[in-house]
Amino acid sequence: MTVGALEQADEFVHDVAVIGAGVVGCAVARLLTIQGASVVVLECSGDVGAATSKANTAILHTGFDATPGSVEARLVARGYELLCTYAPSVGVSIEETGALLIAWDDAQLASLNGVQVKAAANGYDRTEVIDAAEVRSLEPHVGPGALGGLLVPDEHIIDPWSTPIAFATEANANGAVFVLNFAVDTVSVGAEVTTLRSADQRRVVARFVVNCAGLHGDTVHRMFGFSGFSIRPRRGELIVFDKLARPLLSRTILPVPTPTTKGVLVAPTVFGNVMLGPTADDIDDRAATGTTRAGLDDLLMKGSRILPDLLDHEVTAVYAGLRAASEHSDYQLSAHADARYVCLGGIRSTGLTASMALAEHAQSLLSGIGHDSSANEARELVAVRLTPLGDADDRPYRNGGRIVCHCERVTEGEIVDACTGPLPATNVDGLRRRTRALAGRCQGFYCFAEICSLTTWDPSA
Amino acid sequence: MGPQRVNRLRVANETLDGHVIVVGGGPAGLSAAIELRRAGVDRVTVVERERELGGIPRHTDHLGFGIRDQHRVLSGPDYARRLRSATERAGVQARTATTVVHISGSGVELADGSTVAANAVVLATGVRERPRSARLIPGDRPAGVYTTGTVQQLTTLHGLPVGRCAVIVGAEHVSFSAIWSLRHAGCTPVAMVTSLPRHQSTPLLRHATATRHRVPLLTGVAIASIEGRGRVSAVVLTDGRRLSCDTVVFTGDWVPDHELAYRAGMAITQGARSPAVTAGFATSVPGVFAAGNLVHPAEAADMCALDGRAAARSVAAWLNHGGLGPGVWPADVRPIEVEPPITWASFDAGGLTLRVGEFCTARVQVSMNGQVLTTSRIRRLVPNRAIVVRRGVERSAEHQGVLRVRLVDLRVVDLRLVD
Repeated sequence: MTVGALEQADEFVHDVAVIGAGVVGCAVARLLTIQGASVVVLECSGDVGAATSKANTAILHTGFDATPGSVEARLVARGYELLCTYAPSVGVSIEETGALLIAWDDAQLASLNGVQVKAAANGYDRTEVIDAAEVRSLEPHVGPGALGGLLVPDEHIIDPWSTPIAFATEANANGAVFVLNFAVDTVSVGAEVTTLRSADQRRVVARFVVNCAGLHGDTVHRMFGFSGFSIRPRRGELIVFDKLARPLLSRTILPVPTPTTKGVLVAPTVFGNVMLGPTADDIDDRAATGTTRAGLDDLLMKGSRILPDLLDHEVTAVYAGLRAASEHSDYQLSAHADARYVCLGGIRSTGLTASMALAEHAQSLLSGIGHDSSANEARELVAVRLTPLGDADDRPYRNGGRIVCHCERVTEGEIVDACTGPLPATNVDGLRRRTRALAGRCQGFYCFAEICSLTTWDPSA
Repeated sequence: MGPQRVNRLRVANETLDGHVIVVGGGPAGLSAAIELRRAGVDRVTVVERERELGGIPRHTDHLGFGIRDQHRVLSGPDYARRLRSATERAGVQARTATTVVHISGSGVELADGSTVAANAVVLATGVRERPRSARLIPGDRPAGVYTTGTVQQLTTLHGLPVGRCAVIVGAEHVSFSAIWSLRHAGCTPVAMVTSLPRHQSTPLLRHATATRHRVPLLTGVAIASIEGRGRVSAVVLTDGRRLSCDTVVFTGDWVPDHELAYRAGMAITQGARSPAVTAGFATSVPGVFAAGNLVHPAEAADMCALDGRAAARSVAAWLNHGGLGPGVWPADVRPIEVEPPITWASFDAGGLTLRVGEFCTARVQVSMNGQVLTTSRIRRLVPNRAIVVRRGVERSAEHQGVLRVRLVDLRVVDLRLVD
């Protein structure tokens, strides 16, 4: 499936081919497109933002706990700034909740000052160490044994589903072409142009290529003849609790990070739920997004300590995502002039926050190897505005739309729009990420049949 | 006007000035609305979020509806149609495709932010089956995982296909209903799986289904995980067996649609996650009544209809006694206390109804403020089946104090000896 005008004539040469339509690839495509480049995005799955980008903790990171001096630290901080400005302008919901690290033992309590120093080294100086009584007064439902905490007032939450869709919609509206179900199989780097072929012999030709292939980033990197990192998927399982649990907390509750893991957090979501997770398991299978009994039991055990009342509530959803981690602790970003190729690899869970900064970075790497965006003529840009999905936003049901998904109050109009837009939902998962339909507590008991009827999707397929 | 201690309704040709809003247009809600009009309430509005009144029976396309309230045997869709026309004839105002987002004793707030004032509100929002996620079943997240409700809506309301072969999770009444619906839709039931040692339906239904459809019943085993990328390919059981299928249907394990009740701050019966009610279906929020499967997840539609009627008589009595100001509301409405293996107890139109967590024989004993009201004969108690106490609980109707239900002379049933 191709969205936009892909000139199938073999001689059509795009300025830039972006491999991967996750949040990073879509951000890159958007920036290059609005700067005037002709961009084609190749996505191996059937939708944008449908892999790693759809299953994360949806935290808008300040980068307070990043490794000072790392590329990740710099890009997360810059990305935070860019996304905080961009998101409200296109209808991507952000809720300004802040976060609270809680120390549960003396060692953790002692390390809070260190975390604060690290945050300052990352240029973030608004953290505040608080005592046990203050923890309790701010978050009265946390479990017994909290010894103190560190407030991170700007660590917010964002709608993770709409972010890549907003980037992709804006890129597409301004001329970027999205080719879905196109897994790059072979790469031929010529003197002037690079040819990318799929296994079924479709081909796309571009002068420059940006690798944003996420979980397949190392595979694509090797196709270009480079090495230096291997993707080691790290699976994170998450449990989403009922909206009735939302009053139990007012901000994200983080554990004190240890050298090995960021640990399990409890966070509100912009959709009005409470999320518990993630686990962190290094696995080999790049498609193993299943959950496990051990993982869920582990989360429930940890959740019962952090926020005991949470476990009295019904569970709405359970899922797992794969972080595209590599053996390196930092992002693997590189430019290769001879191959006219840029790689954005090894981007872990911070990729959502860093996405717009990664796009800027890709743009400057491309400039460094000869891509000249200033050569393009200036033109009128098409603005994009999504219907916000956040509970705090003004959603269509409040203006009289007929509700089809009752749990999430999604209207018929939203469902029809999501299935008919320029980057339409083509299955239940795509619809869920675009509208929240079917994401609620009944998981389709009330509306799945009607949605199949409205969309003419075959429930037996 | 002060409260009067006269427990009667005005005659029906006299009208009660006032407006009662019924939230939910299923068997309980519609029956309540019809009965409110019969009792002379001037204005009755049913607010239903679906486009059509009738509730769950609309898509339960088999016989067995209407026995206790209509005194005839109807199919679900016929029963729903009958209730709809009775609602219309009774002069009930219906607002369909309308969602209530908040309730109180003085009215409701709708999704568009508008409010509708009322002198009393009846909550009858019903139940649904717990989905796979809420049961914390791990594994892949493929398409083809449904509840009975979804299967029946797909087939009965929309004429859509479901899949080719299905594993049914659960072995209570509704699970057998799922088998009949799947068969009707051309989907072969592969097996029925329950973690309990025996099915929880009637022997008749179990044997009729076994004879007609030859579905193996696997007891004492649960679903360990679901496999499939894209579409379901198999379920793995906790004993290691792997059943190939393209559809999984989670049945029963009812959870009330209780959001409005929780958000209104009502006292909740924890084991059922239902609003606690008195025998007259009054909740802890003055002016708000609750009836039907919302307060006892779940019983048959005809029982919900009887609830609705009984709740309506209570509403009318309250409006009558209290005038249109705050009447005499029962003080301190609280959940009925229970002891394991009872999981919860509540009221239905016939008396007390409760559930147990294991197969056993016992006497059911009901006490109020420590004083025994009634102790039943020895009875066989089955999980996921309504256990009702009809006699000897009349005094609990006043609900002045702490009601407690426990089992005495309890024996766990040796299931090798039965069925």
